Amino acid sequence: MSWVLVMPIAVPFLTAVVAFLARSYPAGRWISLAGSVLSLVASAVLMAAVLDQGVIAGQMSNWDAPFGITLVADYLAAVMVVITAITGLATAIYALGEIPEETEALGFYALFQTLIAGVTGAFLTGDLFNLYVWFEVMLIASFSLLVIGGGKDRLDAGIKYVALNLVSTLIFLAGIGLLYGVTGTLNMADMREAVANAENQGLITVIAMMFMVGFGVKAAVFPLFFWLPASYHTPYFAISAVFAGLLTKVGVYALMRMFTLVFVGDVGFTHEILIWVSVLTMFTGVIGAAAQTDFRKILSFHIISQIGYMTLGLALYTPLALMGGVFYLVHHIIVKANLFFVAGLAKQYAGDTDLNRIGGLYKSAPLLAALFIIPAFSLAGFPPLSGFWAKYLIVKAAIELDAWFVAFVSLLVGLLTIFSMTKIWGMAFWKPHPEGYDPTPDRAPPKVTRAMITPIAALAAMTIVIGFYPEPFVQFAETAAMQLMDPTDYVTTVLGVQP
Amino acid sequence: MEALTAIVIGVLTAAAVYLMLARNFMRFLFGLVLLSNAANLTIFASGRMTKGAPALVPYGEDAPIGVVGNALPQALVLTAIVIGFGLLAFTLALAFEGYRRMKSVDTDEMRFAEPKEDATK
Repeated sequence: MSWVLVMPIAVPFLTAVVAFLARSYPAGRWISLAGSVLSLVASAVLMAAVLDQGVIAGQMSNWDAPFGITLVADYLAAVMVVITAITGLATAIYALGEIPEETEALGFYALFQTLIAGVTGAFLTGDLFNLYVWFEVMLIASFSLLVIGGGKDRLDAGIKYVALNLVSTLIFLAGIGLLYGVTGTLNMADMREAVANAENQGLITVIAMMFMVGFGVKAAVFPLFFWLPASYHTPYFAISAVFAGLLTKVGVYALMRMFTLVFVGDVGFTHEILIWVSVLTMFTGVIGAAAQTDFRKILSFHIISQIGYMTLGLALYTPLALMGGVFYLVHHIIVKANLFFVAGLAKQYAGDTDLNRIGGLYKSAPLLAALFIIPAFSLAGFPPLSGFWAKYLIVKAAIELDAWFVAFVSLLVGLLTIFSMTKIWGMAFWKPHPEGYDPTPDRAPPKVTRAMITPIAALAAMTIVIGFYPEPFVQFAETAAMQLMDPTDYVTTVLGVQP
Repeated sequence: MEALTAIVIGVLTAAAVYLMLARNFMRFLFGLVLLSNAANLTIFASGRMTKGAPALVPYGEDAPIGVVGNALPQALVLTAIVIGFGLLAFTLALAFEGYRRMKSVDTDEMRFAEPKEDATK
């Protein structure tokens, strides 16, 4: 049983090792691609097992919970692992076109696969300290990926990204220490009981706030997001796409896990704070985006505003809201990674990402324009694309709670998202190129273009499929939300499983 | 002993925050080192401090005999120190490379990825 859980983590790690050894040869990139395909297979096997048996858990080295390290997959973890593998595969294909050989020789693919392993590990672990370790694996890989390839702007962005993320990690680590001091356990399932029975509930709430700040920095919520727009527009497009798709979502996932499984003693206090944090996150993100004129900077600010919807799903803390949050999480990873991919190809064609210096893409690359429209309007929440259902569930949950203001802000932010997306559309695709030439797809060799447009088309197709056939996805999200609201299955599976 | 450790953690954190508020990135880094040590000490103190023997199991026994120290926080702190050390080494290299390219460790002057304060665009 534990093999099913270990494989999605082990495959990218082994791929990283082999890809590192082959980094100076063209074979390196194909090894990375093959590894990503294998990861997808491994995660599909895990998903099949979870769909078949419900929550599954495995004890590493046969140390029974709560003493050993537990890997556990419920619906939410399983779907996150699958979506990570999909994003990883899309990025591995995209990187074939974008990443230059000298960057490959620095070990790009090894770092990239390590990042995927770290993200997957964070989704699958059932042990709090182990979660910290996966965060670090993910961070060190992301630090290197952010600055790889050099340049002043990348180093500048890297320094800010590294500094703020390290501070958040230390707050998280201190929180783990204190929580261990109170409960005497690190196993998250065991901790649920121990936290509920703790004498000093005030201290628990303080620790909960430390976790909220620590994960909040990673998730880029309202007062803690400044590292994100400072850094996400500088690295390679493949990298910013995978960062935009996955890294902040790990923070959201960790928040969802801890604030449904462990910190549920004082929901009126902790989740109320989260509601206001979410509302402010949505609003500041979208307003920040309105002020930008760079393709990737606009998208970066939109990550922040969209994170608000996901944390709102958690903060409202009803089955419907959590269901919306889970649905949103999955939809957003696909859409956001895709938009960054489009930005990369737009730069390839038109020569820049500053919207004032590009244009005419609709005329010369109608296919790219069509492929931009799909994720862009999905992001804004147009029916029948995936974003519509995601927003619909969240807003409906807010209205059911009579949280009219929250529902109003969610809808307003959707409207302002359209403003930013039409700005990109108008300036990058519609208006003529300011330098008077037609951006032509032949600027890049056809091999490069093919590698870059394939993942864009595939992810856009997924957006459409989720949009037109939301039923199975919504049902899945419903079960995932049920498991989050009532983690009895999770707890009994982890604590009662025989290795 | 707990009280003394708590005071030490408090002083370390205060010094760390003071250093991290500086514009000089090197001072920020030193603050980070202190903060990481404060976090490690927090974990260590959370495991309860006992005047016990090391947690070793004598040959032929199944469990340690008598009062022994809690081994888990030591393992956690060791892991955290190693990870922290690696990250710090990376960050120092990053700061050095940043200084070499940007000719500054003043965060106000490191504005290559973002627009400068006074400029509107």
